[in-house]
Amino acid sequence: MRSKADFQSDQETRWCPGCGDYAILAAVQGFMPELGIPPERIVFMTGIGCAGRFAYYMDTYGMHGIHGRAPALATGLATTRPDLSIWIVTGDGDALSIGGNHLIHALRRNVPVKILLFNNQIYGLTKGQASPTSERGKITKSTPFGSHDRPFNPLALALGAEATFAARTLDTDKQHLPEVLRAAAAHEGTAFVEIYQNCPVFNDGAFDALRDRAQGALNRIPLVHGEPIRFGPDRERGVARHADGDLCVVDVADVGEDALLVHDAHREDPSLAFALARLAEHDRLGGLPVPTPIGVFRAVERPLHGATAVRNAERAVADVAQLDAMLHAGDTWTVA
Amino acid sequence: MGKTVEQRERVVVRFAGDSGDGMQLVGGRFTDATALLGNDLATLPDFPAEIRAPAGTIPGVSAFQIHFASRDILTPGDTPNVLVAMNPAALKANLATLERGATIIANEDAFTRRNLEKAGYAGSPLDSGDDALADFRVIRVPMTTLTTRAAEGLEGVGTRDAARAKNLFALGLLSWLYGRPTDGTERWIEAKFATRPAARAANLAAFRAGWSFGETTELLDVQYRVAPATDVAPGAYRQVNGTTATALGLIAASVRSGLPLLLASYPITPASELLHELSRHEGAGVCTIQAEDEIAAAGMALGASYGGHLGVTATSGPGMDLKAETIGLAAMLELPLVVIDVQRAGPSTGMPTKTEQSDLLLALHGRHGESPLPVLAAATPADCFETAFEAARLAIEYRTPVILLSDGFLSNSSEPWRIPEAAALPEIDPRFAHRPAGGEPFLPYARDARGVRPWAPPGTPGLQHRIGGLEKQDRTGNISYDAANHATMTRLRAARIAGIQRELQAVEIDAADNEDAELLVLGWGSSYGAIYAAVRRVRDRGMKVARAHLRHLNPLPPNVGALLRAYPRVLVPEMNSGQLAQLLRAHFLVDVRSHTKIAGQPLFAAELEDAIVDALQG
Repeated sequence: MRSKADFQSDQETRWCPGCGDYAILAAVQGFMPELGIPPERIVFMTGIGCAGRFAYYMDTYGMHGIHGRAPALATGLATTRPDLSIWIVTGDGDALSIGGNHLIHALRRNVPVKILLFNNQIYGLTKGQASPTSERGKITKSTPFGSHDRPFNPLALALGAEATFAARTLDTDKQHLPEVLRAAAAHEGTAFVEIYQNCPVFNDGAFDALRDRAQGALNRIPLVHGEPIRFGPDRERGVARHADGDLCVVDVADVGEDALLVHDAHREDPSLAFALARLAEHDRLGGLPVPTPIGVFRAVERPLHGATAVRNAERAVADVAQLDAMLHAGDTWTVA
Repeated sequence: MGKTVEQRERVVVRFAGDSGDGMQLVGGRFTDATALLGNDLATLPDFPAEIRAPAGTIPGVSAFQIHFASRDILTPGDTPNVLVAMNPAALKANLATLERGATIIANEDAFTRRNLEKAGYAGSPLDSGDDALADFRVIRVPMTTLTTRAAEGLEGVGTRDAARAKNLFALGLLSWLYGRPTDGTERWIEAKFATRPAARAANLAAFRAGWSFGETTELLDVQYRVAPATDVAPGAYRQVNGTTATALGLIAASVRSGLPLLLASYPITPASELLHELSRHEGAGVCTIQAEDEIAAAGMALGASYGGHLGVTATSGPGMDLKAETIGLAAMLELPLVVIDVQRAGPSTGMPTKTEQSDLLLALHGRHGESPLPVLAAATPADCFETAFEAARLAIEYRTPVILLSDGFLSNSSEPWRIPEAAALPEIDPRFAHRPAGGEPFLPYARDARGVRPWAPPGTPGLQHRIGGLEKQDRTGNISYDAANHATMTRLRAARIAGIQRELQAVEIDAADNEDAELLVLGWGSSYGAIYAAVRRVRDRGMKVARAHLRHLNPLPPNVGALLRAYPRVLVPEMNSGQLAQLLRAHFLVDVRSHTKIAGQPLFAAELEDAIVDALQG
């Protein structure tokens, strides 16, 4: 079996000290041997932004592309090379702002790629402007009077595009992050994974409510397929459905375990997963809706992009006789 | 009834009607029959941007022009000898293109008061009292009536269905007039309407009625013959338009390189045709994707090239603007990418269905940073085959994005094509990288003698490496912000492209017996036919002119500078404001003269003839 070191490139990592990207890189490199795929058949494709550097640090094939376009580049590769394991690493600006169109269409097509979205709710590489996931009112260099715009909820967006796999995890959770990667790797179609990632320079502490051990215990709602949704230090709280269909956080003691929602990641209809993604959204004043579900929201099977195109790609290129036939197709005549 | 038969060397026919009248269909069929008869030919469809502009109006007019001859011809013809006008709008829209003495065959049934009003006529121009058509020979044919009468009694054919077949009546009449064989057309009707017996019967009846009308009517007393062309090289031929020729050229490059082909495109007029054409070939190593936008289309094509396939994207003007970023990435990654620009009149949305050559400077320079790349242009519809093949070959062998310039005129226009032998096409060697011997490190940006870097698609064991848009260190490909390295890399990238010139053939000079000519006419792209025809006319008048045509616009062939200096005067005709002329002046400090046309139309031989004579005398 290969080891983590087999996936570490010889390039010096150049993220800021304390950046959440280090933790994610270590987790991904540590997880790679589990895939059982030789490094030459693994490709990391990235866009622009701090996350974009990820490709250089993996000793696999890698392409550091252009801003927001990694899903397009990866679609071309995945369509023609079904033998590869393709991973996209992107950020909130890259995926949800400049590359929003490519993201939703990759999800719509169900291209066989994994998308890891590092969400730090800020533009880092351009030095601290508001991102499409920055909370309303956030003061940044480009929004000195506070951001005017409502942020995207990446998971709700992905589920709105009917992503066949949608999950959320945390940069520093050494157990949960590899678990989610494992589930994503096992998914055949597009796997969308939002990773809350701390930017210590421009948006430090954005996810403390989840990353911090004590607060995290209060605020993380772990989603486990087939189990009632419970959380809290003593699993004393849970998620239930109101009579009107809305989801709400409840005390288990008040409603009883039977009233809790049982998580079903394989539901064909994405509406419930969408509601989970938006849980506590209406309470949202700051950047983070708490408590916040983490885990696999949705994992369903659907035909892959270009199921037929992929088969075609496996077919050999025509030979000279077939080419001759194509050239001579239709009405022809001969001049002696 | 005995009819006179006259020989004609060449004829230009223009079918014009409402966009719902099926003019493109009958024009195309008339062309096929003409090609099989052995005439040389060139065609030009001319249709509105609107799918169905209000029926009967001038914006709704759709036309198809064919020029056929018993000698080799070069253009679809400047002015028609015969105009088939299916309604008043078609007559009005095309009258200005006719020369005195031309024949107008009009469907008089369509000259109703309402249709006349829609076309802006106060009264019918067909009436004998009206002298609007005094200069022309007008033949009034009640096509709708005759077509419905021919379909009377046919099972399942209503009056409306019958009337819709009037375009086939016109086809029958023209087929008689120029002695086109009928059996092929009848077979074509049978096949086309195989699943709709009533439509098949109505169209067959209409076609035969048109032919019989020609035979029996006293309005037409002469039948014309255009003998097969004799100055044609032996071989197998078919008719192609630029779209089909481009598609086949790409497939041929895929076969000869062994690389599967991926075309990713976003629908845009007039480039969509190529997506349609190639998507019909899905299978046999061809894959197409309709992307979510122009940027994605370029990205998908580049992603496929990264994986070791032949990635191609096709678009028109506005799409080129959007692809620039990805083309720049391909230049930095040094990976193959074929970008086809079917040029149309701009700027912005401009005139989508009208042709222009105004993207030359965009192709050469339309990216940020220093990012030279090969630019090629096709000269004729059939030439699109070789030019597309050559574009793909350069992209693969030199690991570079290549821009192939076609245009709306080339993509729709058709001509006979001598079919090449597949086995005789050159092989293209992608020379994929292999693991270096003796455990040496793999250097993705080391270069061979031509400056070409190794191409190691994912999946190649032991060659895992990272590439990207950031500047690279020479040889290793690692990120580098070093000043001297950036200068080195910029020069290496440029030298590799410029070095392609070493393998380009010198531009051929067509001097005929004009070695001492005072004037060189130098063209590029789709104006080939018009320029050649105009030069021929000027020579027929006893004047001496040399002519040359460029396929490679970057790098230019090695003898261009010498060529420009070999003639006292140089005229460069273009369908833009003088982009090639500007380039030649800048490169070679030669005072070339520019002839420009920016009308959304091809150059015409007649207007160029005047320009050449002016240049000779002025």
